[in-house]
Amino acid sequence: MKTQIIVAGFGGQGVLTLGVILANAAVLEDKNATWLPSYGPEMRGGTANCHVIISEEDIGSAVISQPDILIAFNHPSLEKFLPRLKKNGLLIINSSLIKEEIIRKDIKLVSLPLVELAAKIQNQKTINIIAMGALLELTELVKTSSVVDSIKQNFKDKQDIIELNKKALELGREHVKKN
Amino acid sequence: MTNKKVLKKGNHVIGAAAIEAGCEFYAGYPITPQNELTEYMAKHMVLNKRPFVQAESEVSAINMVFGASAAGARAMTSSSSPGISLKQEGISYIAGANLPCVIVNMVRGGPGLGNIAGAQSDYFQATRGGGHGDYRLIVLGPNSVQELYDYTMKSFDLADKYRIPVMILGDGYLGQMMESLTLHKYAKPKNLPKKTWALTGCKGRNPNVIKTLYLTPEDALEKHNLELNVKYEKIKKELQLFETINVQNAELVIVAYGTVSRVVKNVIESSDKKIGLFRPISLWPFPENALRNLKCKKFLVVEMSLGQMVEDVKLSLFGTDASVDLIARPGGMIPTEEEIHKKIKLMLK
Repeated sequence: MKTQIIVAGFGGQGVLTLGVILANAAVLEDKNATWLPSYGPEMRGGTANCHVIISEEDIGSAVISQPDILIAFNHPSLEKFLPRLKKNGLLIINSSLIKEEIIRKDIKLVSLPLVELAAKIQNQKTINIIAMGALLELTELVKTSSVVDSIKQNFKDKQDIIELNKKALELGREHVKKN
Repeated sequence: MTNKKVLKKGNHVIGAAAIEAGCEFYAGYPITPQNELTEYMAKHMVLNKRPFVQAESEVSAINMVFGASAAGARAMTSSSSPGISLKQEGISYIAGANLPCVIVNMVRGGPGLGNIAGAQSDYFQATRGGGHGDYRLIVLGPNSVQELYDYTMKSFDLADKYRIPVMILGDGYLGQMMESLTLHKYAKPKNLPKKTWALTGCKGRNPNVIKTLYLTPEDALEKHNLELNVKYEKIKKELQLFETINVQNAELVIVAYGTVSRVVKNVIESSDKKIGLFRPISLWPFPENALRNLKCKKFLVVEMSLGQMVEDVKLSLFGTDASVDLIARPGGMIPTEEEIHKKIKLMLK
């Protein structure tokens, strides 16, 4: 099974970090993973994105032409990548910033009001991990425990930040369960 | 060191492999998209109590490597395309002086400043020597983070074995991407020659001389050139690295290296035709014998440059009745699976 995920948003929304934490969680489960970031001038103001592929098999190209999952944190990212999302693919959007109606009806749409959700734990930097929580609830890509371990590795010994991100994961999960 | 998989960035594992393989000297100058390598070396060379120099320019860095290598050290420098152009004079001197070193080029789009996207447009420069004079480098083209790690280690051994600069020809995408890989210990080959030629202070022995100036053509420079050529011919015989997938009875064989070879792997998996992949790993020497020995009549070269490696493919197949087609995407573009499928359809009509 190969799953291809594109994560996209403004630079600063934690797009690249979300990708790294996800890819690393898969590797902690002894799966193969690739993470390919956008690293151009487009990082400033425009969209930043990363392509993440998770597979038990060897991975060919790290470039994704048609993702199975798209996580879009802002409207420009949605416009850029939605046409490429596979039929029956999963679209997770940040509905705090994306107010437009999603025209495609052949996909599964999950809306997360990330700004409002992050306000519950008084930290807007956690929107990426809240989205990760939703992804964990919606798919069986990786185990929650692997993501927690991956978060621990990413934030080294900063215990308070690790605890905050655990709360963020739960927020995302709970929101999907309720809606 | 465990055998568990880890997720690492391409540029970082080159540094990790170099340090593990006993790199004793690194000098570099920052340039995107290879900066994380210089960053890694800045931290880890120092942690390992080995010299790291951020030089005042690329020219300076390569000449420091020249000096370190002449003194017998395992030495490395790295850069990306415009910076590698600046290093060419030094590389020519190192090649002319029969010295080993490792040079990493994480290629970006050109010419000139071009852009910072990954590209393969330095193929000619790398495989034809690059600087002035009749010389060659060993050029390796890895296609994964694992191979960046493995071939960086190997490049130090090859450099020492043949006393030649070895270039790792990667690209910006390989350098920037993270991928799962298995780290392992470096095992130094037992048969590497001792560096008896090194300038280590001649107390108690005759002085060693390392030079590139041979003024008289008739009894000096031509002889030197021919001696270098003996080495190049030996390397050609002994080192032709490649990978093949599905080439037996293939209707069409695609030739691709580095990043784009992985796009081709996807194409082979999703194609309903019998398509094979021939992936050169040593770009110089080009694995011409293995390519020529494939029984296929139709070849398609796919490269992230304007038709450079295709010349080596045609040279390898010279005199056969095989046809060679080309998909060339310059400027930092990666050929897509769709356009390769389309071309295959046309070619197998």
